Amino acid sequence: MESESKLLIKNIYKIFGDRPEAALKLVTDGINKQTLLEQHNHVLALNNINLEVSTGKFQVVMGLSGSGKSTLIRHVNRLIEPTAGSIFFHDDDVTNLDEKQLRYFRRFRTSMVFQNFALLPHRTVLENISYGLVIQKQVKKILMDRSLEWLNRVGLDGYNDYYPTQLSGGMQQRVGLARALATDAEILLMDEPFSALDPLIREEMQDVLINLQNELKKTIIFITHDLDEALRIGDKVAILKDGEIIQNGSPEEIILNPANEYVTDFTKNINRGRILTIGAIIEDAVLENAIKIDKKITLEAALRTINEEGSQFANVVDNSRVIGSVSQKTIINAITSGTEVN
Amino acid sequence: MDFLDKFPSMGQGGLRDIKKSIDLGFRDFSRAYGDSLEAFFEPLLNLLVWIEKLLVYSPWPLIVIIFGVFAWLASRRLIVVFLTILTFLVIGFFGMWEDTMATIAIIFVATIICVFLGIPIGVLMSNSTRVQSLINPVLDIMQTIPSFVYLIPVVMLLGIGKVPGLIAVCIYAIPPIIRLTNLGIRLVDKEVLEAADAFGASFRQKLFGVQIPLALPNIFAGINQTIMMALAMVVIASMIGVKGLGVPVLRAVSNQYLALGLMNGLAIVALAIIFDRISQNFGKRLQKHMDRQNGI
Repeated sequence: MESESKLLIKNIYKIFGDRPEAALKLVTDGINKQTLLEQHNHVLALNNINLEVSTGKFQVVMGLSGSGKSTLIRHVNRLIEPTAGSIFFHDDDVTNLDEKQLRYFRRFRTSMVFQNFALLPHRTVLENISYGLVIQKQVKKILMDRSLEWLNRVGLDGYNDYYPTQLSGGMQQRVGLARALATDAEILLMDEPFSALDPLIREEMQDVLINLQNELKKTIIFITHDLDEALRIGDKVAILKDGEIIQNGSPEEIILNPANEYVTDFTKNINRGRILTIGAIIEDAVLENAIKIDKKITLEAALRTINEEGSQFANVVDNSRVIGSVSQKTIINAITSGTEVN
Repeated sequence: MDFLDKFPSMGQGGLRDIKKSIDLGFRDFSRAYGDSLEAFFEPLLNLLVWIEKLLVYSPWPLIVIIFGVFAWLASRRLIVVFLTILTFLVIGFFGMWEDTMATIAIIFVATIICVFLGIPIGVLMSNSTRVQSLINPVLDIMQTIPSFVYLIPVVMLLGIGKVPGLIAVCIYAIPPIIRLTNLGIRLVDKEVLEAADAFGASFRQKLFGVQIPLALPNIFAGINQTIMMALAMVVIASMIGVKGLGVPVLRAVSNQYLALGLMNGLAIVALAIIFDRISQNFGKRLQKHMDRQNGI
């Protein structure tokens, strides 16, 4: 029973070198990455990766350079073949698709956004957006309608006939995003899509993506090296180190229960007030005559609201039902505790 | 010390036997297959003759105008158009019109052959490093071996005439387009290719939708070089019966006619410059999207 309605990455190993099969045996026998490289000249890029992404969820994979994150995302559409392991989407075994089926899978079920945009320099903005549809061999009318729709939705109206080199980085990535979304694929693979952008543009693009995702409910795998970004946009964040997933959980779990010191090190400089939501620190007591705040807003926003009202406390509501309360003090404690502990 | 003073060669007898067997073997081959090869190249000959006649028998103002229009379409620059027309008028005025048309005909046909053979070969090379390492030495030989040397077997096979001349021109002129097609495709951005793969592009969709369009500037540089090298071969080609500007040059060399040689030689140069500017400008216009870096 390999699940319905999800993307399942199961026991994936990837070893780079001349004889990966032989090296795989050493790895399953317990040799470590360092020894494998020094004594056998093989690179262990992914070590027994297991990841389950439910349909419509936003899964972030966060890791530093060399952690294997770009290798991992390329396994989903088999731009890189695994040394061992399987990938299932709904009930299909992606790793067993033949060449023709794989092309179909890539055309209709996955699409991808790249770190350096990878736009086609000889095609205009509109032609770039329609590229996936051209590959799908859509009829001209659908092709034009959908491309124009996506041009509009990523906010590039009027840039139809510009070439990519004439656009700024942020605009180019809007084209990359529109190109990926225009194919209407269920899985969206994003390989550090915003890393090449400057911070302001990056946040703007994150908002664009979050808004689109709220409506589209794609199954997203998003690669980043920036934990702030990961925690800000992901439903779940997997932390990858040396080809292994160290922890996979919601942003709150990552911050509140880091799996080990490595994760703690990362999270201690995070702006917790902007990631954690009120729901995480709620107390049972319900107050009288207190202002109401939603459990889904961030600590920072809650603190601002409470201050503006000149109050010390607030009741927390979930779908307009009061479920508990928070005080200014507990919020401040929650925001600062991460830095105090260390 | 006899051994050190004189290189130990294989001796007259053995050498003579080797040469003889090669010569006789090739003669037998040409006797057996010469006719069928000639028949094979017949359509090429017909095309060449047809184009030559078309150029020579069309009214000259029409030809001049057509070249002017070509120049405009390719370059969109009035100065190029003006110089093209002026050159043709001067060439005609000096009585070299017919020879020039014959030369243009052979260059045209040679370029077409080189493009149709060279681009697919270049594509093959770019797809496989092994094919590349096989073809590269062949191209080296084609470019460096003295053209007279490969004229011998060509003439033995096909005799004196237009087709052997055409083949000689093609052997000399095809390497640049093969090399630059190969290079151009290999230089296509790996990330863009990966994107095409990620969207599920087939081999053909990648080749015609991404690789060739992005390699076009290089491919056009190759076509430009091919035309130039074909022009450089007209004099040698005229030695084996190709009509054109090479014939009077050859006559001038053997009879020491300085003026005749200069005039026809300069006409070849003028043609070269026209073709070069037209094809270069066309190549540049193809890559306009590359150099408009004026971001917003």
